[in-house]
Amino acid sequence: MGEKEDSKLYVPVPPHRDGGTSFPSPHEIPAGQYSMPSIDCSGSETRDLAYGLLRVLNDEGEAVGDWNPNLDPDTLRTALEHMVRIRAYDDRMMIMQRQGRLSFYMKCLGEEAVSVGAAMAMENRDIVIPSYRQQGLLFVRGRSMVDMICHCITNSKDNVKGRQMPVHYSWKEGNFVSISSPVGTQFPQAVGAAMAFAYRGEDSIACSWLGEGTSAQGDFHYGLNFASVYNAPCVLVVVNNQWAISTHRNLAHGGPSFAARGIPYDVASIRVDGQDILAVYAAHKWATERARAGHGPTLLEMYTYRGDSHSSSDDPTIYRPGDGYENWPLGDPLDRLKSHLVKLGEWDDEKHEALEKKCKDEVISAYKEAETHGTLSEGPYPPVTTLFEDVYEEEPWHLLEQRGQVGI
Amino acid sequence: MSQMNIIQAVNSAMHVMFERDDTVVSFGEDAGYYGGVFRCTAGLQEKFGKHRSFDTPLAEGGIIGIAIGMGMNGLRPVAEIQFADYIFPGFDQITNELAKLRYRSGGEYSAPVTIRTPCGGGIKGGHYHSQSPEAYFTHTPGLKVVVCSNPYDAKGLLISSIECNDPVIFFEPKRLYNGPFDGDHTAAMVKWDTHPKGEVPEDYYNIPLGQAEIVRGGKEVTVLCYGTMVHVATAAANNHGIDAEIIDLRTLVPLDIDTIEASVKKTGRCVIVHEAPRTSGFGAELMSQVQERCFWNLEGPIQRVTGWDTPYPHSLEWDYFPSQERIAEAMRATMEE
Repeated sequence: MGEKEDSKLYVPVPPHRDGGTSFPSPHEIPAGQYSMPSIDCSGSETRDLAYGLLRVLNDEGEAVGDWNPNLDPDTLRTALEHMVRIRAYDDRMMIMQRQGRLSFYMKCLGEEAVSVGAAMAMENRDIVIPSYRQQGLLFVRGRSMVDMICHCITNSKDNVKGRQMPVHYSWKEGNFVSISSPVGTQFPQAVGAAMAFAYRGEDSIACSWLGEGTSAQGDFHYGLNFASVYNAPCVLVVVNNQWAISTHRNLAHGGPSFAARGIPYDVASIRVDGQDILAVYAAHKWATERARAGHGPTLLEMYTYRGDSHSSSDDPTIYRPGDGYENWPLGDPLDRLKSHLVKLGEWDDEKHEALEKKCKDEVISAYKEAETHGTLSEGPYPPVTTLFEDVYEEEPWHLLEQRGQVGI
Repeated sequence: MSQMNIIQAVNSAMHVMFERDDTVVSFGEDAGYYGGVFRCTAGLQEKFGKHRSFDTPLAEGGIIGIAIGMGMNGLRPVAEIQFADYIFPGFDQITNELAKLRYRSGGEYSAPVTIRTPCGGGIKGGHYHSQSPEAYFTHTPGLKVVVCSNPYDAKGLLISSIECNDPVIFFEPKRLYNGPFDGDHTAAMVKWDTHPKGEVPEDYYNIPLGQAEIVRGGKEVTVLCYGTMVHVATAAANNHGIDAEIIDLRTLVPLDIDTIEASVKKTGRCVIVHEAPRTSGFGAELMSQVQERCFWNLEGPIQRVTGWDTPYPHSLEWDYFPSQERIAEAMRATMEE
């Protein structure tokens, strides 16, 4: 039983470790393949979309097919600008982490379209309960970059009072719910938030994201089932970026696609090319309109790639050598939107470089401003008096007593 | 003997047990190929095969569930929960299933599962990478609960935990992984190679569960502690010149009550220290035990030094983390009058 050759226990490994590639081939599905179903369709009518791959931008940089959202050039440029800004922000923050000026950081390299496309397809009144790689929601909804950085430094202007690790943003004004590290807990919560909108007769919706690795958690299934049972006006998103730290998606999978898991729950389900912001936008627009109109939930799988490490704490070259982002067959969301705009005659390299420089400068200046409210090494931090605040709405006797013991 | 840190000591225990007993298996999130985010299971998959050390889906309830199934069917699983803060999706499987299996089956079934999990703060981890949830498990009959405080103990206690036919929750204070930590976060990092407990035999040995260790003898006051607080309390006694007897409990359930009772009866004073919040923390149980058994020997009220009744903070970590000063103050408070 202990010998390798005797055991019949099957344990999957990422394909590249057996000499193959970890990159499967749904990308061979061409753009423009699927027609758009009516927003009041049943879950089972989305079966082809759940097992296929929704793409709008083809390899020539053209937007094609029934799902083409036909966005005007200004809107496309706005989307590109958001993504360029996020990338500049992420790059800078990781540099700051390496210099010891942030305790921790997580980039969303390769996944910028996932959050930008979603946020642009929704209204700001729609509640979002993200995981930790959708910082794009904040950019699109207009949060101050300085405030975001203050949180990441946990300085005196951190709105969550230094209580969370960096990137665990919370922004009630933008209907962006506090990010939690335990994975997947947000899915049933989003369903509940959606049920509350329905309860009050409102037409706002809730949207939530988790990773493909997290779809192994019970909370993913609780969310789908409750959403279906109560026809909740929500959009549930699995960001399949192929890796959960070192865990390849084939350890979470157990089926043909993550989107396909919605079908048995009779939840409308679509697998989307996450590098194609037009497809991301179109899928969210469809799902959001469906939810708003009272036709129920949608499960979206964003088929993408985690372009960098899980966080500043791990080194992906140890567990996925050769599977670097540059090899991802569906490309990069910024490059693809840029090519599309160039194809339309609405953009060029010069403008792009100017945009990159503008965003980089913005980040540098925002960082400088944020540090005027305190640095990681020197402070000022949130005052120690905040230690006992917000445990309860009002401090009970035992917390007042402990506060006295600290002398605050 | 070799110099080891706690990561290496845990890893050594795993290798030793994999060699000795081919029913021992190990699994968890990132625990197979990558060898765990803290590298405690590094090399096992390479040496023993992926059927013995493997990665799991991200589902703590599933991890504990399969551990129970394997355990009831002849294997001796060691499940890793990546951070103790993430153990709660497995809480039902642990408290209602794992802990009660032997009892509810009239002794027919049991599952010799060890759950290894890094716990505690001091690493700027905020409330989801710093918690000390031991009291949830000490409150659950059927579980044994171990907290190691140094490399030598980590290996010996882990081997005993794996060999134990009852389920064991094995806490590894992550701030201690790479060196003893006395609570002074401004001081330079100290490594285990300067500490006598960093000397670890490469071969098999065990430290029986249920035995505390007096890590510093003293006459004036008994300090009951475990995990990281062993080092903070010891430094507090040394730096404040207090003749304290420091007891590293090592196993919380079953508790080494004899060592505790003998010490408190000798000193007549008792301070209890833990990182976890105060209310319903394991210190409350210790205080009750001491009061019940040593009341007539006590010279003053028993003191508790604990984390505050707040979630574990991020930027205000050092205002939360029990300090040498707070411990010294409590020791002095027991000696007033």
